[in-house]
Amino acid sequence: MAQFISKKVLGSTLTLVFVLVFNFFLFRVVQPDPVANLFRGRNVPQARLDQMRTDFGLDGSRLTQFWAYLRETLQLNLGFSYQSRQPVWDDIASKIWPTVQLVGLAAILSAAIGIIGGVIAGWRRGSAADYSITSTTMAFYSMPDFWLGMLLLVAFAVVFPWFPVGGMTELGVEHSGVGAILDRLHHLALPCLTLTLAYLGEYAIVTRSSLLDVMGEEYLTLAQAKGLRDIQVRNRHAVPNALLPVVTLAAINFGFVLSGAIAVETLFSWPGLGKATSDAVLGPDLPMLQGLFLVFSAAVIVFNLAADVLYAFLDPRVRPA
Amino acid sequence: MTSPTMQRRLASTTNVLVRFWRSRPGRIGLIVLVVFGAMALAAPLLADRSGLDAVASRRAGAPQWGSPSTWWPLGTDHLRRSVWAQFVWGSRISLFVGLAATVVTIAVGTLVGVTAGFFGGRLDGVLMRVTEWFLVVPFLPLAIVLATVLGRSVWNIIFVIGVTSWPSTARLVRAQVLTVKQRLFVDRSRSLGASSAYIVRRHIMPNVSGLILANATLAVPISILTETTLSFLGLGDPQRASWGKMLNDAFFESAITRNAWWYFLPPGLGILVVVLAFTLIGQTLEQLADPRLADR
Repeated sequence: MAQFISKKVLGSTLTLVFVLVFNFFLFRVVQPDPVANLFRGRNVPQARLDQMRTDFGLDGSRLTQFWAYLRETLQLNLGFSYQSRQPVWDDIASKIWPTVQLVGLAAILSAAIGIIGGVIAGWRRGSAADYSITSTTMAFYSMPDFWLGMLLLVAFAVVFPWFPVGGMTELGVEHSGVGAILDRLHHLALPCLTLTLAYLGEYAIVTRSSLLDVMGEEYLTLAQAKGLRDIQVRNRHAVPNALLPVVTLAAINFGFVLSGAIAVETLFSWPGLGKATSDAVLGPDLPMLQGLFLVFSAAVIVFNLAADVLYAFLDPRVRPA
Repeated sequence: MTSPTMQRRLASTTNVLVRFWRSRPGRIGLIVLVVFGAMALAAPLLADRSGLDAVASRRAGAPQWGSPSTWWPLGTDHLRRSVWAQFVWGSRISLFVGLAATVVTIAVGTLVGVTAGFFGGRLDGVLMRVTEWFLVVPFLPLAIVLATVLGRSVWNIIFVIGVTSWPSTARLVRAQVLTVKQRLFVDRSRSLGASSAYIVRRHIMPNVSGLILANATLAVPISILTETTLSFLGLGDPQRASWGKMLNDAFFESAITRNAWWYFLPPGLGILVVVLAFTLIGQTLEQLADPRLADR
């Protein structure tokens, strides 16, 4: 087991190094002069372009640039944002928590609701419940998440102004204690609902099809033959076995929490990493974009590793002898 | 040439088509797709191009943020442009980008998958390492970073989607090639002296093409949704109307707080319906390629 884990850790570290190298090459080699490309057709003084090139470490030979980049990155020195003039890392760090709050909550809710929906649909395949759950989740799955958010915004913030149109806190009002929490939840409700609906389809589909795979197994016939009630057979024997692939899916999806809500955060002006990404695109703020991409990739890689290890613990068949 | 082989192939193709048409989801998806395809092709007949131009629309007396009741049939936007014209012309970009990006995805995915699966060994190891890396890197941020660095054009969007979404196809194709390779007819062909190229062409490809087709149909929705998201974030081609661009304009010109539903409802519905159509067709093809899935 220790050998298995260390092999996986090594693989993940390699991937991370790959991301670092890619990040460097994408911005410097594929596009040798991103600064000029970004401001093509705009009237930017030469002195400012030169200044930007120096700031971005675009002077010196390719190799010197690469070593400088590696050294700085490992010290979490990701350069300065063009827009906020803050160090990129500080900027990113301050935005992690809002994103974790919003997307993390949505990830948990969608997993819970999606799994329940998938179990109900799969256990009674072809029933009215199956038909309505499958088609509803497929519809949510087939629309752009931010468009779903637009519909909810119009319905519950404009036509019926029950919720705020955006932001994380009410401006100009000091809340404290319970009031602050309620205010935060009030702002969280619509974007969180959007993401939950957008994500739950995947869980429902995977749970349903995994349950269908399990339902042919003989141990379920045995459980029925023992005289267990239908609900017991389902909850005690079928579901635990069907949940294996779902657990992996959830672990992987948690890695996408940081990067998963770019468009929805933008739509609701939620001050997290997703909105930071779309702001960086519009800037365009290259150091910020580079830093965000690195953080997003690192999160996914770490959670993938966790998923692999978790799976080996849960399913002895995957574990090497 | 009407050799028995040809006749048998023709019969089996007809058989697949008949079974496809008999499946209700597949039929509905195909009809919807034909309607939208016809709309995209017949755009010049359905909506005058002048409706896309702010100056021409002003000259024609179009109101700003006109609702469907004031400006037929779908109202106008902040620049007095016709929403209907944008919807019709935008369907071209959304469908074209969706299909073209899928062609890139499938081409790269098939090439990598067949090479890795058929030749195996160290080449397989290296290719799968690269594939795994692309699977791990967050897809949308990668697409956003690439699109930002490369610049805003339709072709860049196609390239970006293709480059970021081939890995799952590659894995699927590789797995299928590995099982086909074990079959007896491959050994027989090899012992009769067939070259690798011949075996891949005559034995491997025909046996994975059904899977590839199903996978391609299921990849189109992802391409279309990615194009929409990239355009929504302002990375689309600024010169052309697309459904994603309409949603981008609707958001940044605050159509939502104005309750200008006629501006953001049509493009979203268009995407939803086209994506569902492709999904239905893809699932039906998948069932035809793998009958075990049929009673799902």
